[in-house]
Amino acid sequence: MGRTSAAMAVFLFLLLSLFSILQLVSSSPEIRVLSAERRIDVTAPIARVFLTLKVENAGTSEVSEVLVAFAPTEAEHLAILKASVAEGKRKKKTYVPLSVNPSESPDAPNGAQLYSVSLRSPLKSGEATTVEVLYVLTHLLEPFPAEISQSEPQLVYYRDSATLLSPYYIVEQITSIKTPSNKVESFTRVDPASRVGSELRYGPYHDHGPYSYSPVIVHFENNNPFAVVEELVREIEISHWGSLQIRDHYKLKHAGARHKGVFSRLEYQFKQSVSGVASFRHLLMKLPPRVHSVYYRDEIGNISSSHLHIDSQKSELEIEPRYPLFGGWKATFTIGYGLPLQDFLFESHDGRRYLNFSFGCPLIETMVDDLTVKVILPEGSRNPTAAVPFPVDQHLEMTYSYLDVVGRTTVVLQKKNVVPEHNTPFQVYYDFNPVFMFAEPLMLISAVFLFFVACIAYVHVDLSIGKSS
Amino acid sequence: MGAKAENGPKPPPPLSSPPPFKALVKLKTKQQELLIRSAALALIYVLAFAIRLFSVLRYESMIHEFDPYFNYRTTLFLTRNGFYEFWNWFDSESWYPLGRIIGGTLYPGLMVTAALIYRALRFLTFAVHIREVCVLTAPFFASNTTLVAYFFGKEIWDAGAGLVAAALIAICPGYISRSVAGSYDNEGVAIFALLFTFYLFVKAVNTGSLAWSLASAFGYFYMVSAWGGYVFIINLIPLYVLVLLVTGRYSMRLYVAYNCMYVLGMMLAMQIRFVGFQHVQSGEHMAAMGVFFLMQVFYFLYWVKDMLNDTKLFQSFLQITLTCAIGVGTLALGIGMASGYISPWTGRFYSLLDPTYAKDHIPIIASVSEHQPTAWSSFMFDFHILLILFPAGLYFCFKRLSDATIFIVMYGLTSMYFASVMVRLILVAAPAVCLISAIAISATIKNLTTLIRKKSKAALTVSSKATSNLKASAKALLDQSLPFQRNGAIAVLVGAFYLLSRYAIHCTWVTSEAYSSPSIVLAARGAHGGRVIFDDYREAYYWLRQNTPPDAKVMSWWDYGYQITAMGNRTVIVDNNTWNNTHIATVGRAMSSYEHEAYEIMQSLDVDYVLVVFGGLTGYSSDDINKFLWMVRIGGGVFPVIKEPDYLVNGEYRVDKGAAPKMLNCLMYKLSYYRFGEVTTEYGKPTGYDRARGVEIGNKDIKLEYLEEAFTTSNWIIRIYKVKPPKNRW
Repeated sequence: MGRTSAAMAVFLFLLLSLFSILQLVSSSPEIRVLSAERRIDVTAPIARVFLTLKVENAGTSEVSEVLVAFAPTEAEHLAILKASVAEGKRKKKTYVPLSVNPSESPDAPNGAQLYSVSLRSPLKSGEATTVEVLYVLTHLLEPFPAEISQSEPQLVYYRDSATLLSPYYIVEQITSIKTPSNKVESFTRVDPASRVGSELRYGPYHDHGPYSYSPVIVHFENNNPFAVVEELVREIEISHWGSLQIRDHYKLKHAGARHKGVFSRLEYQFKQSVSGVASFRHLLMKLPPRVHSVYYRDEIGNISSSHLHIDSQKSELEIEPRYPLFGGWKATFTIGYGLPLQDFLFESHDGRRYLNFSFGCPLIETMVDDLTVKVILPEGSRNPTAAVPFPVDQHLEMTYSYLDVVGRTTVVLQKKNVVPEHNTPFQVYYDFNPVFMFAEPLMLISAVFLFFVACIAYVHVDLSIGKSS
Repeated sequence: MGAKAENGPKPPPPLSSPPPFKALVKLKTKQQELLIRSAALALIYVLAFAIRLFSVLRYESMIHEFDPYFNYRTTLFLTRNGFYEFWNWFDSESWYPLGRIIGGTLYPGLMVTAALIYRALRFLTFAVHIREVCVLTAPFFASNTTLVAYFFGKEIWDAGAGLVAAALIAICPGYISRSVAGSYDNEGVAIFALLFTFYLFVKAVNTGSLAWSLASAFGYFYMVSAWGGYVFIINLIPLYVLVLLVTGRYSMRLYVAYNCMYVLGMMLAMQIRFVGFQHVQSGEHMAAMGVFFLMQVFYFLYWVKDMLNDTKLFQSFLQITLTCAIGVGTLALGIGMASGYISPWTGRFYSLLDPTYAKDHIPIIASVSEHQPTAWSSFMFDFHILLILFPAGLYFCFKRLSDATIFIVMYGLTSMYFASVMVRLILVAAPAVCLISAIAISATIKNLTTLIRKKSKAALTVSSKATSNLKASAKALLDQSLPFQRNGAIAVLVGAFYLLSRYAIHCTWVTSEAYSSPSIVLAARGAHGGRVIFDDYREAYYWLRQNTPPDAKVMSWWDYGYQITAMGNRTVIVDNNTWNNTHIATVGRAMSSYEHEAYEIMQSLDVDYVLVVFGGLTGYSSDDINKFLWMVRIGGGVFPVIKEPDYLVNGEYRVDKGAAPKMLNCLMYKLSYYRFGEVTTEYGKPTGYDRARGVEIGNKDIKLEYLEEAFTTSNWIIRIYKVKPPKNRW
């Protein structure tokens, strides 16, 4: 303990000295953060951070963007970053989203990654405004101990800084960390720090210079299902005969502390309160309303443990993998269903058709490491374009299904590190001539017709060479 | 069903129809008959397919049982990697550490067929999965079998009998048992191939045409590529030829048919690596060769007889030639046997000729339930009224003896014998029984309907003479008939319809209740009448597939080997291809030894996981404890340290407190009942009450030293244990 604190002190000293040097050359001193409130939610395996910044333009010139900084470890786990500004008075308060872009700053220390939030209207000298920032971090909770047995609860580390990493001078700040239960093993004390129930409070701290950083570690129990979809391939197949077929191929993993030693079914079945608390059995999935023909299977056949609840607003599918998932265990499966086409396919003003569907994973509170969405357009459609609210990799490929001759154009969208916040609608526009709808039925009809013609011909034609008696 | 079809072709001059319409009908009688016949056949074709889909509707589109999983896995490999890769495939995932040369140790017919169907469908732009093709291969071939049965029946009797035969075989439970959707096994296509070969051969004998016998050679080739049961063909056909020779029915037609079929069929069969040179080297195939030479001698003798024109001289010549031929034949056979060039008969073959052979000498064959001698009840279950109609059909066959009917009689009698020796050979008998019964039904109904129609026809014109010319004798008989003959005929006809409808009901019931269970998924009725599914097998296999290292070796009893490799995708020590008895005996020995002894065996085999099947919690009776005595027997057959009496108490097999001490402490007992002593399975019973055997277990305090529980399925049916690494020596 003594050694770590000593090391930490040295580290802090180095950081501070570095910052003080940097401060001299810093070029944007005109913004000051009057108050920063950070609420970190680590109840789920995903860490969600709500940041409220009250910024003031202390300089002389107008400022149109505010920078948000992330430590390198955070930056690589950052799944989504959203900023908004509140407008209107209390009751009519609405949040207006602001655009966020990665930003390069030569003076950012130690690889800190900066993002700039563009304000709606430039901030004049002496004015102040409040910016709400939400960001989601995945894979940041580190299980410790890394291996647990069946009866042990799962403990995780959360690493962060007691003070907000920011390129600006912060007058007053406070950080609160919400843990899933009040079972907190330990946490780094940076006075004033306190714990009330399941909430840890760091601060208020006053007058910290830019890029001040004081690392803290929180060690607490988190038995929430650490369900991570390592790979998800969604196939959305459009048929203009009135249905939309979805096939989702999941590679699911329990990404928490690895299971060690024995798995005893006896204890799992009969001592449920103490056994396998860190494992999970069920997953809930939100599907669109009016879903039909749902199936749940894997490479070796149907999985019979699932329940579907349908009402007019939404459908919920409760799935259960073949076996409970303990840390490190995996399960792969496929979920497919049909949807009525008129709920999702529309015609735009210029006569193009477009599909409006939700991006992201339908499993509740689950992160996806690698998501591929394939929109399989009907045969004969042309000029597909995709409109997605966030950057994705995209390309085209061909898919062949029943009775396809030229193949179906498929729009492939790929994104890494997807969280539930990505479940927003996206659109795929394409041109389609309705004549192509009749190509396949006509093919079948002509095949049957030819068969009968062949039969008639066979009956009427005598193919024998010699005369047989 | 069959009766309806039979009735079809024959309603040309109905009494009620007015004269103008009658003229119209009369013109087209032949076409009408063709139409009805082909429509009936098409319906039968669809029916044969549809009745086999119960399993898909009840459960899902999945592969059943044990062997089909191997076939599915190899088919998957074939479609992915192509034929040459498949042909040269060395499979290191089974029989660890020996491995298995797949291409050289299987009958590729089924896989190639399925792969070809798959390719064809893909070519026609049907994006089906290979699994669907595999699941539906057997029903598809069953439908084709009905067509063959129709033509076969037509060949040996008449079109009516053919139609009845097609209808009977479409729903015969004996055949359905091995050809429901999902039962992707060799038999599924082999019965089609068998009947097809027989049909082509009979056709060749009837016509003496080279083309037909060539076709039958190819049919034989397909059969050889599909199933080991081809041995039945290669022995039945020579036997049939021999019978024809003995009964003086030798003809040029027979000579052409047999020689062409045998020579070409043999050469083609040699192309299958698993069969290889057996046709000239193995004792089971020698009968065919002997008959082949005998045919030549016969032909030679006929030729000499033609040349000589002198009976006395020919007699002495005959004696000399026959003595020489038989002498040379026996000498060759003797030398071949003695020098080891001709291999002796295999155990399976012996056990067919002598049902008690396997029990004494090869426990591994005797341990399989489908190799048991057939009980009367299962004959009744699988054949129903056909069992009564079969002798009647034989009577009709004998009454109208021809080359073709002799064949079907021989096929029927021999296969009935084999069916009574081994349960699973009911399958081979099913087509013969259906054909012979069809003759009985068809002939009876035909006689009865002519009787009924004759009376009314007296008033009619002579127009229907054409239809009744066959039964001219019956007409003559009718003139001096008894007064109640017509009524009697109607009564018997109604009875026949009743029987046939019972048959149809029975077949449907048997198919839906008994033969449509995949055996991987178990279904039971819950307390509230709902359907409860036990999917433990797949739960365990999928767990293995996902959560064990890819190179893990799994030891289990050989029954589950194919399933573990196909569904679990892990290496197994032994599997259902029981080619190495010693290896299986080693596993049997490990299972029946004490834990520390078993640990040494498992270490020597690099075993990482041990899988046992346990039904004590659910009352599932075909589990490893019930199979355990066979493990002991098979293990003891090779390793005399394992003695069966050690596991029995006064010759009784028990698992409760009174069980033998060795039994209570052997690996299988420990793994099955580990921590089971703490469970209450049934209300009002002590803990550790085994529901499969209905006793409280004898050893409730089981400690494992060298293994640890790795996974147990939700109903405890499969239990997987991990073998711990050896302890550090310091």
